[in-house]
Amino acid sequence: MDLTLNVNGRPEKFTAQPNELLVERLREGLGLTGTKVGCDTGQCGSCVVRLDGRSVKSCLVLTAAAAGSEVTTIEGVTTTGGELTGLQEALRQEHGTQCGFCTPGMVMSLGELVDSTADGDAPTEPEIREWLTGNLCRCTGYHSVVRGVQRACEASRAEVPAGSPASTAVGQEV
Amino acid sequence: MTTVTGETTETVEAADTAQTTEATGTAEAAPYGNGVLGQPLDSREDPQLLRGEATYVADINLPGTAHMAILGSPVAHAKILSIDTKAAEQLPGVLKVATAADFTDVMPLPCIWIPGGVESHFPPHPYGLPGARPVLTGDTVRHVGDPIAVVVAETPRQAAAALSAIEVAYEPLPVVTLADEALKEGAPQLHEAVPGNLNAYWTCGDKDRTDAAIAVAEVTVELDLVNQRTINSPIEPRGAVGDYNAATGEYTLYASTQGPHNHRFLLSALVLGIPFNKLRVVAPTVGGSFGTKGYLYPDMALVLLLSKALGRPVKWVDTRTGLMNSTVQGRDHRQHVVLAGTRDGRITAVRATSYANLGAYPSTIGPGVATALMGRSISGMYDIDAAFCEVYAAFTNTVSLGAQRGSGRAEAAFLMERLVDRYACEIGMDPAAVRRKNLVPKEKFPYDNGLGWTYDSGNYQLNFDRAMELSDYAGMPARKAEARARGKRLGVGIASYVAICGVGPSTRMSKEGMLGGTWESANIRVHPTGEVTVTVGSASTGQSHGTVFAQVAADELGIDPAQVQVYEGDTLKAPYGQGTYGSRSYSMAAPAVALTARKLKAKLVKAGAVFLGVPEDKVVYEGGKVYEDGNPENTKTFAELAMAMWYGWGLPPEIEPALDETTHFDPPDFNYPFGTHVAVVEIDELTGETEVVAYTAVDDAGNIGNPKVVLGQIEGSIMHGLGQALMEHAVYDENGLLVSSDLTRYALPRAFDAPFFTLDKTTTPSPHNPLGAKGAGEIATVPPAAAVVNAVVDALSDLGVRHIDMPVTPEKVWRRLRGEAQ
Repeated sequence: MDLTLNVNGRPEKFTAQPNELLVERLREGLGLTGTKVGCDTGQCGSCVVRLDGRSVKSCLVLTAAAAGSEVTTIEGVTTTGGELTGLQEALRQEHGTQCGFCTPGMVMSLGELVDSTADGDAPTEPEIREWLTGNLCRCTGYHSVVRGVQRACEASRAEVPAGSPASTAVGQEV
Repeated sequence: MTTVTGETTETVEAADTAQTTEATGTAEAAPYGNGVLGQPLDSREDPQLLRGEATYVADINLPGTAHMAILGSPVAHAKILSIDTKAAEQLPGVLKVATAADFTDVMPLPCIWIPGGVESHFPPHPYGLPGARPVLTGDTVRHVGDPIAVVVAETPRQAAAALSAIEVAYEPLPVVTLADEALKEGAPQLHEAVPGNLNAYWTCGDKDRTDAAIAVAEVTVELDLVNQRTINSPIEPRGAVGDYNAATGEYTLYASTQGPHNHRFLLSALVLGIPFNKLRVVAPTVGGSFGTKGYLYPDMALVLLLSKALGRPVKWVDTRTGLMNSTVQGRDHRQHVVLAGTRDGRITAVRATSYANLGAYPSTIGPGVATALMGRSISGMYDIDAAFCEVYAAFTNTVSLGAQRGSGRAEAAFLMERLVDRYACEIGMDPAAVRRKNLVPKEKFPYDNGLGWTYDSGNYQLNFDRAMELSDYAGMPARKAEARARGKRLGVGIASYVAICGVGPSTRMSKEGMLGGTWESANIRVHPTGEVTVTVGSASTGQSHGTVFAQVAADELGIDPAQVQVYEGDTLKAPYGQGTYGSRSYSMAAPAVALTARKLKAKLVKAGAVFLGVPEDKVVYEGGKVYEDGNPENTKTFAELAMAMWYGWGLPPEIEPALDETTHFDPPDFNYPFGTHVAVVEIDELTGETEVVAYTAVDDAGNIGNPKVVLGQIEGSIMHGLGQALMEHAVYDENGLLVSSDLTRYALPRAFDAPFFTLDKTTTPSPHNPLGAKGAGEIATVPPAAAVVNAVVDALSDLGVRHIDMPVTPEKVWRRLRGEAQ
């Protein structure tokens, strides 16, 4: 079937099989390999993208079902080699990544959380952990990621650059 | 919760370093360091990872790539009567279907760690290494997932679809999945060459002395333990791309590997039978490994062979279920363990009998992991007069056993730390007091543990006391009462450990049965513009090598780490090395970098004498420049020196131009990090659920290169250990089917499964490398399982519970709360 998707702000027209998964279209059809495949069952969250603004697991979405939608992948978050977003910068400062395979999915998933709380109350630690439930990480034990989100929320609410001396640092209470 | 790291124990650290330095004559300080080593620099790898721009194997798309899928056996044990591939060959897009018959001239994958003193049962390879498994199985399948055939097609979907059109006729054989069952009379036999399924009977320690001590002991306690099989589960499944160049006859393998040089050696000389220098192995960004990606797998050979056959690059990327049915699994011991001691808490002997499940075939180094790496570690931090361990390593119809984060050492710590708690309970003494009474005193280092390891350095008392203090161990009775008032049972569990790291001294490892060198190398090349390239034989699977090795070189050379670029992972570019495993890169590859930088400094001092026009003993190298002692105006900067050496003008014959040095580092012995962890759990009386409510860890990894990187590794390691304690279990049914074969049925810890940890460190440098480093990456995986199970048993002890098997699921606890037996 002939479809159109808006991917990272660009219309993409193509023919898709009825059983094609969105993650296949992104990785194999469009060459957007930042989105990863870590499991066959929608458990690991490495394939999370934003679909019309909401984070979804792209291995659980048929391409056909996404027709006409706005898709944002990790490639749409920053330009190649460009400046990091506040969340990415905060994760960098907390070393919230090790092997990095789960990282794009986490950035896409957590981006929605940080965005949605920018004007309201910052998420509590349990809320951040609950939000992270859909993303598996085997390297970090999640702690540096949680600290990164706390730092990002703090920075976005304080409207100061992440990493200012006022932010949480390793070795202090978090 | 509080996460404490770094500076908080300045006094502890300072005192400790001073004491151990004195006691062991240990690590010399870097003479010209600029202080960047030991700093928590941001990982330079992170921005690329955060932007999704790093290239993993699955992201490599060479022009003309064809796609391979592997048909794994659906049954655990059977004779293959026939394989019909005709229908599959006719399907759209299919380029080739291959079976074992297509690869009769390919040698089997070797096993390179045969436990010391054990004969290999398998036919030998060239160079005397034993073969272990074929690239495809032709006659008998021995586990679910055993590879039988491959399809190469234009697309991954076409290749996968064609697998179901291959018709295989099986004659079922009886199945055995447990090591102790496999050794019984009449058990199903896996390999003709291995009668009774016994690959190795391996021992260490002094049996007679131990038996005698146990016979006369005031107190003995015994436990039957199951250290369940677990699946490592890196989030990136494995993958491989083979690319044969017909014009040059060269092969290139891109693979998710921890050890590209090792894989190059094993694949070229021992499997494909091609010249070593015709195979290039490239590890791109690797998405986690934890031990599993250091092994040689059939797919690595198959993509190369099929690329040559088809004249196109061939790519294979595993699925999660495929990974669980083919990538090496971990742990899996059934043990009977005994501890003897006095009424007043002095441990006099420990003895362990372990049945280790090697799976269907000996993996690349699995037999060594199940024996030496486990057995020689069982006495842990304790000064015990008599110890003995015996391991029966058996074949069963399960996936091959391999390493897993903390491998061997975690199994050893579990058995010892469970025994210590059992003993403390028996004699009515506090578990902390028993431990403290038996710690190896710091005056006794280097300490021969009587099981084959000689611990290099340590201050166990300091470390242990810090863990007790930081966890508020003294305040636990009050916390228990407070929890009880809330309807919860609170339990406290301690686990201490010593982890052998820094593999290793090649000669020592050869005595252990390792069929290969285990040294590590580094090259430093200073470019004419003053920038520096470091290449190492190790290969990161997420450990920020690019950041940390740059810190080492910059610190030694007194330059800005931003000037230093690190390359690794490509055998064409990097010097030899064995790769990343057993927490060895910072204590093996980093010392090679440091020693190489020292060679460069020595050369620059000689050349500086020429350039400055003063005698050599008047030349000072400091802060990235040379100057005349007492006359700092007469100086040359690092950049000026680099250019001068590049030109080479005016150098005497004994000084070669250019700055390019290499070091091969083979340490005199291993290093032995250690630590003490304390878990506090609360058990819900109604549901049986165990919640880890506090976790304190004080680890000692010697001098640390980058605390931010190590902090992340410690946190991840603890979570991994908690996973084994609470939820992870590779479950095989009676037919050998892996029931937990995807992530809906194999539980991994998620973000809410543990709160922040309370962390600290002590610092006891190792005397066995110039950085004073000890392994760090996986060491914190070693004690958590024991700490948590000790805590759960503590919480249930008033019900008469003396042990509970992992994983400690709510159902198991719920049954014990209701008085059911294990």
